[in-house]
Amino acid sequence: MLIIDNLSKTFGKGTINENLAIDNLSLFLEEGEFVTIIGGNGAGKSTLLNCISGVYEVDKGRIMLDDIDVTFKPEYKRSKFIGRVFQDPLRGTAHDMTIEENLSIAYDKGKPKGLKPGIGKKYHKLFRERLSLLELGLEDRMKQKVGLLSGGQRQALTLLMSTIVKPKVLLLDEHTAALDPSIAKKVLELTNEIVKEYNLCTIMITHNMKAALEHGTRTIMMLDGRIVLDLKGKERKDMTVERLVEQFGNKNGLYNDRMILG
Amino acid sequence: MNLLYYQGSIELGIIYAIMALGVFISFRSLNMPDLTVDGSFVLGAAVSAILYTKGHPFLGMPLALVAGCLAGCITALIHTKLKIQPLLSGILTMLALYSVNLRVMGNKPNIPLINKPTVFSIVNDFFVSGFSDLVLSFIILIIVVFVLFLFLKTKLGFVIRATGDNEHMVKALGVNTDFTKTLGLAIANGLVALSGALIAQYQSYSDIGMGVGMVIIGLASVIIGEVLFGARSLFRRLTAVILGAILYRLVIAIALDLGMPPTDLKLISAFIVAVALAMPAVKEYILSFRKRMSSSAGGKGGEA
Ligand SMILES: Nc1ncnc2c1ncn2[C@@H]1O[C@H](COP(=O)(O)OP(=O)(O)OP(=O)(O)O)[C@@H](O)[C@H]1O
Ligand SMILES: [Mg+2]
Repeated sequence: MLIIDNLSKTFGKGTINENLAIDNLSLFLEEGEFVTIIGGNGAGKSTLLNCISGVYEVDKGRIMLDDIDVTFKPEYKRSKFIGRVFQDPLRGTAHDMTIEENLSIAYDKGKPKGLKPGIGKKYHKLFRERLSLLELGLEDRMKQKVGLLSGGQRQALTLLMSTIVKPKVLLLDEHTAALDPSIAKKVLELTNEIVKEYNLCTIMITHNMKAALEHGTRTIMMLDGRIVLDLKGKERKDMTVERLVEQFGNKNGLYNDRMILG
Repeated sequence: MNLLYYQGSIELGIIYAIMALGVFISFRSLNMPDLTVDGSFVLGAAVSAILYTKGHPFLGMPLALVAGCLAGCITALIHTKLKIQPLLSGILTMLALYSVNLRVMGNKPNIPLINKPTVFSIVNDFFVSGFSDLVLSFIILIIVVFVLFLFLKTKLGFVIRATGDNEHMVKALGVNTDFTKTLGLAIANGLVALSGALIAQYQSYSDIGMGVGMVIIGLASVIIGEVLFGARSLFRRLTAVILGAILYRLVIAIALDLGMPPTDLKLISAFIVAVALAMPAVKEYILSFRKRMSSSAGGKGGEA
């Protein structure tokens, strides 16, 4: 469960470049809710996720995860409750370490780091199992360095790493945007499976309106740091890309072909 | 050719390898250019020399290690808490250490280690042999590498390595990277100081200027090792650093043997590191040159 209460974030406060990126935004996510976020360039989507995960300090407002107020917790502390996958496949994994070493660090998230062996005895079997779910053959390459993997393989691995300990919320920032269409589709399917299996509270940013409506349980559109559309249930089911564009696309010139068709 | 002369170089190489392992931790594992090394090396030598004069040659080793760790912590704190770039943080600590080291040495620029037994002479008294220095330094090195290797394979070691690899990821996985950097730099400089402590007793003197360019020597060892012996697994990497350090000493010894004046040592060191660091760029130039050549050749072929 995630509560965002009257959140604001300004970049470059007091300078000529002052820029209100998040404007008094409130959002409430139930357990297991899967929200997709769409919106034009600079709408504040990434900033919102970065505020939730603590990369940026907020100006005002509150962020709650379950019953925990994380508004002023440093990034590394709230990371214990948050899973993240970024657009850049290089950002989610340590390339000079092996697949199992990467997984192991992820699996020990939130646990004290002592002088125990980095890869626990029981880890191998568990990692094998989880990796085989990806159906990429990574379970037979556990001792290879992550630097040898392709972008899509890395992104799938990052997804696995960010959810191997169940997070209170999973944040995905255009995590398929840098991938080939077919691999992007595969990673998106995986995302769906994992979210469903763990009943994860998820926020996924995407530029692909079709994917935004097809996946998840709720769709939000952002503009200038605010939520301008919040679709759920039947209203969402009846919504089509064409109608979205009709209603919003032309009005504020937000969408180009890439966003519609992905 | 004098065998004893080269045996001495290998001994030096083995002791300097401990310093190079420290440089490996900061430059490679943490991906931080830490220049504290020049100061912490002398700090270790100074601590070792002072304890020697008080009749504790062995106690100087662990104390030097601890002193080096503290120096590394200072650099890390300047960097993580005061947000000063790593390079500058290291230089600041290095500068401050110059005064500290003089103080440790009782305001004398050098201390000769004569009249009393050193770690090396004590061991030699037990096992009278021409190889006792070699064996002793080798045993110490093996212990250091073994412990370091095991440490880098622990959970703590994992997050230190990952910090240099991808800080974003480590933070996203709930680890305080300020802490991992501090710990890493402490270990790195602890090793450097231990190496300094051994060198002081091996060479029977400690000198305020003996750390100049030490970081470059360490880096040269790391790079030579990587180029010649590869960087595949962690074990391979650590071994490569050691071999690199020994090889570096041998190269210097050969150069001296061939008549290079000792005063040119630093010039040669700088040259070796510059060449090693330039390797990737040079490879690019050659590759793009070849491509251009072959494409222009292909173009002509098409016209004909
Ligand atoms: N670190 C930063 N410093 C200053 N301004 C920033 C920073 N990050 C984002 N901004 C500004 O905040 C606004 C929102 O940016 P944000 O990255 O959240 O947009 P977005 O919705 O993710 O866009 P895109 O679809 O292009 O990724 C933009 O005007 C951007 O210029
Ligand atoms: Mg963005």
